Amino acid sequence: MNWQAVYPILPEIILLVMACVVAMTDLWIPGKDRVVTYCIAQASLTVVALAQLWYFWDGATYYAMQRMVVADPMGHLLGLFATLAMMTTLVYARPYAAEREMLKGELFTLSMFSLLGILVMVAANNFLLVYLGLELMSLSLYALVAMRRDDTGATEAAMKYFVLGALASGFLLYGLSMMYGATGSLEMNEVFKAIGTGRINRAVLVFGTVFVVAGLAFKLGAVPFHMWVPDVYQGAPTSMTLLVGGAPKLAAFAITIRLLVEGMIGMAIDWQQMLVLLSLASMLLGNLAAIAQNNIKRMLAYSTIAQIGFMLLGLCPGVVSGNTVSAGNAYSSAMFYVVTDVLTTLGTFGMIMLLSRAGHEAERIDDFRGLARRSPWFAGVMAVFMFSLAGIPPTVGFYAKLAVLQALVSTNVPAFIWLAISAVVLSLLGAYYYVRVVKVMYFDEPADSHPIEGGRDVRILLSFNGAAVLLLGILPGGLMQLCAQAIVRMFAT
Amino acid sequence: MPLLSIAIWLPIVSGVLLLAFGRDDRADAVRWAALIASLASFAVTIPLVTGFDLATPALQFGEKHAWIARFNVWYTLGVDGLSVWFVLLTAFTTPIVVISAWQVIEERVNQYMAAFLILSGLLVGVFCAMDGLLFYVFFEATLIPMYLIIGVWGGPRRVYAAFKFFLYTLAGSLLMLVALIYLYYKSGGSFDILVWHRLPLTLQAQVLIFFAFFFAFAVKVPMWPVHTWLPDAHVEAPTGGSVVLAAIMLKLGAYGFLRFSLPITPDASHRWAWFMVALSLIAIVYIGLVALVQHDMKKLVAYSSVAHMGFVTLGFFIFDAQGRGNELAVSGAIVQMVSHGFVSGAMFLCIGVLYDRVHSREISAYGGVVNTMPKFAAFAVLFAMANCGLPGTAGFVGEWMVILGTVKANFWIAAAAATTLIWGAGYTLWMVKRVYFGAVANDDVRTLRDLDRREFAMLSILAVAVLAMGLYPKPLTDVMHVSVVELLRHASVPKLAP
Repeated sequence: MNWQAVYPILPEIILLVMACVVAMTDLWIPGKDRVVTYCIAQASLTVVALAQLWYFWDGATYYAMQRMVVADPMGHLLGLFATLAMMTTLVYARPYAAEREMLKGELFTLSMFSLLGILVMVAANNFLLVYLGLELMSLSLYALVAMRRDDTGATEAAMKYFVLGALASGFLLYGLSMMYGATGSLEMNEVFKAIGTGRINRAVLVFGTVFVVAGLAFKLGAVPFHMWVPDVYQGAPTSMTLLVGGAPKLAAFAITIRLLVEGMIGMAIDWQQMLVLLSLASMLLGNLAAIAQNNIKRMLAYSTIAQIGFMLLGLCPGVVSGNTVSAGNAYSSAMFYVVTDVLTTLGTFGMIMLLSRAGHEAERIDDFRGLARRSPWFAGVMAVFMFSLAGIPPTVGFYAKLAVLQALVSTNVPAFIWLAISAVVLSLLGAYYYVRVVKVMYFDEPADSHPIEGGRDVRILLSFNGAAVLLLGILPGGLMQLCAQAIVRMFAT
Repeated sequence: MPLLSIAIWLPIVSGVLLLAFGRDDRADAVRWAALIASLASFAVTIPLVTGFDLATPALQFGEKHAWIARFNVWYTLGVDGLSVWFVLLTAFTTPIVVISAWQVIEERVNQYMAAFLILSGLLVGVFCAMDGLLFYVFFEATLIPMYLIIGVWGGPRRVYAAFKFFLYTLAGSLLMLVALIYLYYKSGGSFDILVWHRLPLTLQAQVLIFFAFFFAFAVKVPMWPVHTWLPDAHVEAPTGGSVVLAAIMLKLGAYGFLRFSLPITPDASHRWAWFMVALSLIAIVYIGLVALVQHDMKKLVAYSSVAHMGFVTLGFFIFDAQGRGNELAVSGAIVQMVSHGFVSGAMFLCIGVLYDRVHSREISAYGGVVNTMPKFAAFAVLFAMANCGLPGTAGFVGEWMVILGTVKANFWIAAAAATTLIWGAGYTLWMVKRVYFGAVANDDVRTLRDLDRREFAMLSILAVAVLAMGLYPKPLTDVMHVSVVELLRHASVPKLAP
């Protein structure tokens, strides 16, 4: 084995080794607070993040492991964000898990394994590797959701997640096998070339595409494959909800790009139509159902469905009448959308965990009542998150929506312009329930007079998280440029 | 010196500092800090008028910096004769609002003051922004502080009013966002408003863009029939909130018509001028009648605002038979916007003075206030007279100019609009009669104390402004003259794309 072959996948190797080290260390140095394990885990994640940053800076594209793996700027950028998201998740989750007897070594090991799965997906250049990464991530997450094994809600959530997730994996695998059957290759570039020849039985390809899209929609949580999302978000302990709703979204986006764009852009005319329907249905159902929720985790679950719908819109206008001129613009807008959405999601669930304490879950929207009196600072931070999700400037959520709408309108296709208008109207529905949370925090009297607990690390990181959402809203140019670069370089190779 | 940037960011930064460091146990320090910050922000805007070049319609005090390179968005600021007065009006209103809240707001003082300072900076930003996206960001961002002001410090139905305000205005402006993006695309990737002014568009595109803008701005103005959020918001908002809403936020919509609709879609504006004129007349006549039957003083003034803003939109969209806009009417409409800023703000402050003492806004709860509060009644009657357009007060100039301009275009429309002098006098004077004159109605009124020095100062500043504008409006119209002529010249040339 030479250095050339290992270099592109060095972050993954480091992560794998360290995950095992963490698992072992935890056996020998248990300690009640698991400080050692936690520190090793965070340190190794930092190293992985720095490595990703280094590769992204380098900007080159490498293929490794007999072209099974591609290490390109888009993958590194998404990998970097996923790692950062995982680090943030662990900071938020540690005190919460400690109070609920979930602070075991497995929390860290499994989180690292799920991140490994994410990184594998992000860097996959082969159908089988996509599936491998997906299963590694999903199995770790199933176990994490079920970690509180004597809690009925959590167990039920884990069961639902597992059964539906397995079904989705089956869909995806079936679709991929059809593609393999039709094109004779598992490798993205080969599949791309084979579709491009135009000599392949179209019926088989379309059939495969349908299954692939359905599998992806399951993983993304788009309507009508969304049923698991509200139950898992609500049932899982909040720390695990964040593990499911944070970094994995980036992975789902990455495989969507890898499979649909890199592999099957020749079928864009077919999958774009499906994505349009999925996204409209997601925005409609997500926004309407969220209005009726009293449980904030469930509300955020439906809001996630709606946000994913909006993000999918950004993937729709990539290929217009066989022309891929607008592709870079469209896909980078979707990427910007998903990155900022994850950033905001981390903050909202972090806030829920901050307000929870031993024996009390701050799960109902009413638990946020009068937060502006109990803690003006954190009420302000939460308000920034809510306005960002609603897409009100000057928060980053507005520019995410702007980028996607801009991608739709600049195709100058009437159908896409109408799509943009309906997205705008549906996001107005969304504004209501986000703004309601602000109302509860600012206009209502506090029902709960407990001071806000939570360690200094959580408080500082949450404040940074809120500041990031606001500052990226005032100066969004840099992050947009990064996403654009990543997508453009992906097309260049 | 980047005066406009300072005028925008000075209040915002001081607001944020107040949020960070202000506490209720040193409320007085917070109040003084807010007053100094707002006065400083006002002082910054004075050179805008003293240094204003009357001879050119071009943008002055311009600033341009790259902002979002990816979408070619620039941080472009500038003022011309159409906008400079509103920058001043905004900066002038903020210290008044701070003073009006001095002893009234006792809880969360720093948040209240910060909300108004931040709001003031954002509003100045709306009037200065010459980049479409920058305009939209400021325009939308104003929703957040106003929503909190109504919801936190408002009356009993504040939650309903705050939501109605938020969702109504958001609904309108989202369509505008699509129009902005479409213009961005059509102009080959530019958000520069001046580029859009020159951009030829087909009639169909113009009509669609015109209506997208219409929804955003008509809600803000507000025009009949999308005005229903205004009475609720006004009634529930705290005094300062009502003042800013009436004096400045309503002007955002009218300003939008001037900056976007007329120059960007001139042909659609001509085509649909009848529609705008019809809605304006309905606002003037029908809403005037609605105001007549109100029991609540704030509601009455709110409806009268809708009627007065009807004059503004009428002035903008009254074209003569050759399709030329009327300089007198447009200037009159802008004068009406400024004067309404002073007069309606003052009316709401007067209601606030009464409300702070009696805690009722019902007209029937008062009677004979003049007996116990003679100084206050003098001010209140002056502002009421200005509200119904008495010559010599600010309210007269704008209405008179608009009516005069309208007569040139169409006598009957002018006649219908002129009836406002009857309705306005009707509802305003009848309210004055019931609240201020007559015998002392009850014990609440009997125990009223007259204005203290703070209130006296606040009202006398406004009284001076109202009289000065009414007696000598020439400086006001001089500043806008060249810009209005240029706007009308631009709007009379068809720019249909082939």
